[in-house]
Amino acid sequence: MPTDTPGIPTDLLMAHLHHMFSFHFMVNAFRAGTIVAVVAGAVGWFMVLRRQSFAGHTLAVVSFPGAAGAIWLGLSATLGYFLGSILAALVIALVPRSSSGRARSQESAVIGTVQAFALASGVLFVSLYGGFLDSLTGLLFGTFLGISDGQVVVLGVVAVVVLAALAAMGRPLLFATIDQDVAVARRVPVRVLSVAFLVLLGCTAAEVSQITGALLVFALLVMPAAAAQQISPRPGISFVLTLVLALAITWTSLAVAYSSVYPVGFYVSTIGFGVYVLAAAGRALADRVGSRSPRRSAPTAPTALAVQP
Amino acid sequence: MTGTLGAILYPWVGLSHMLGHPFLRSAFGAGTCIALASGLVGYLVVLRGQVFSGDALSHVAFTGALAALAFGLDLRAGLYGACIVFGILMAALGRRASADDTVIGSVFAWILGLGALFLSVFTTAQSGTGAVGSASGINVLFGSILGLTTSEAWSDSIVALVVVGAFVAIGRPLLFASLDDAVAGARGVPVRALGYGFFVLLGITAGVATQAVGALLLLGLLAAPAGASQRLTASPFVAMWLSAGFAVFSMWAGLTVAYLAPRIPPSFGILAVASGVYLLAFVATATADRLRARRSSSKGTAPLSPAVTGGAPGGS
Repeated sequence: MPTDTPGIPTDLLMAHLHHMFSFHFMVNAFRAGTIVAVVAGAVGWFMVLRRQSFAGHTLAVVSFPGAAGAIWLGLSATLGYFLGSILAALVIALVPRSSSGRARSQESAVIGTVQAFALASGVLFVSLYGGFLDSLTGLLFGTFLGISDGQVVVLGVVAVVVLAALAAMGRPLLFATIDQDVAVARRVPVRVLSVAFLVLLGCTAAEVSQITGALLVFALLVMPAAAAQQISPRPGISFVLTLVLALAITWTSLAVAYSSVYPVGFYVSTIGFGVYVLAAAGRALADRVGSRSPRRSAPTAPTALAVQP
Repeated sequence: MTGTLGAILYPWVGLSHMLGHPFLRSAFGAGTCIALASGLVGYLVVLRGQVFSGDALSHVAFTGALAALAFGLDLRAGLYGACIVFGILMAALGRRASADDTVIGSVFAWILGLGALFLSVFTTAQSGTGAVGSASGINVLFGSILGLTTSEAWSDSIVALVVVGAFVAIGRPLLFASLDDAVAGARGVPVRALGYGFFVLLGITAGVATQAVGALLLLGLLAAPAGASQRLTASPFVAMWLSAGFAVFSMWAGLTVAYLAPRIPPSFGILAVASGVYLLAFVATATADRLRARRSSSKGTAPLSPAVTGGAPGGS
């Protein structure tokens, strides 16, 4: 491919990349972005499958008061991100999950209240701190400037722990997600898995919010997984695809944000949404082609075939 | 004698002192109307299990307002415009949309990202006064009820009261349709039209509440009083007005706290009181349930179980 394009743009691109990576903060941004994208992809894939997007969003939002409170108290913001999200995960886990109508509406009322209260506390902490407005928009909408080496190490360690835990509980979790009743009958500890997953989700949300900002965590947590699950219904393929998409979205966004004045969260959410829309449109198109010529669909369209079992 | 009289009168003196400030009068007047509308509409949001849609609307409110600012329009034009259009859109998507969190989530994450862009555009456009742009962006996010001018307070109050009036007018069929849309549809209730009406009202409420508590916090004003009242009573009508009462109480108490302690932002005071009310309702009903369970288990389950099994088919 590079040989097809004229030489000068490639050189320009290389020069641009070279220039970008000559800054240590950009190198750190890419390191952190890569770590975060892998964790967000892996945990987000389970989250979308478990339909816990709202909980994931809330956990992300809660990392904002965590960070703001930590800054106010003079602690490290990283610590605050994790403490806030993990505490909120435990609070949400206290409320039992249920699919019956009234309990479900109660569950969402709890999550909504926790979320709004958390944001309000964040405002309080920022106000008590004395209010650097720029850092406030950074906390909310993301900044990739000034990620320190230590922060990258913390992100990496937490990522390894989260991924190891996820690998350890992956199979029973998938089982409990796909068919809870059968899993309970087979003595899978569904409740423990559910709480453990929420805590993992909290850690992930805290990691992601350090790049995209607390309000735009959703973009990395949901969009790659949602797009991948549109493209392939097979768990293995869509899982790998999720990781690939998350990495692609993060790297592209960081590269674009580097040469732009607008916040990185905007690029992450816009590129992610574009990928999701493309995937959904492709899926709809494939479905239509498949339904229009049912005889042809079996040999040629693998997606239509795979939907059936 | 005068001492006790003073002690009795003291809160009233303090209250009259507090309401002597015109900006607090505006805040209390507009806040009461906005809380009334949020409490009523919020109850139906919770009842219909559409808190997530309310969350989505709050993000739309932010982006709409900042888009208006970025393009140099009046903030409220963008706010109401975006909320109402998006409300109608969600109603058109209907139950399918409320079922699929992923779609709503993806759309509103992107919308919020756009909001971040507009905030940045607006801030950099006013390069000389970047702090002003940033501050008004923050105001959209977290509300500025103490900053309302008298005319803004009046217009907000009127909008909120129109919502309350419209809600009361369609309340009964709307409740019916929300509780059981199939039966309501069979009885000739225009379920679909009511759904549109509800989402338009929700959009307007979101717009007006954004000016009071901010786009990010309006969800609390919708969900917390409604969640609390839903826990406390099973009767929909009682719960609806109880929810409105909780919302108004949260507004008053929160504003008073913010007045007494100026470092505390009013939005935090309002949300803290609302969350506290919800927490109390949650703990109270949970302990009541536990006590009842313990009492029935100590008496032995035998006398109770026939009533439970007999009651279940009738109730469902």
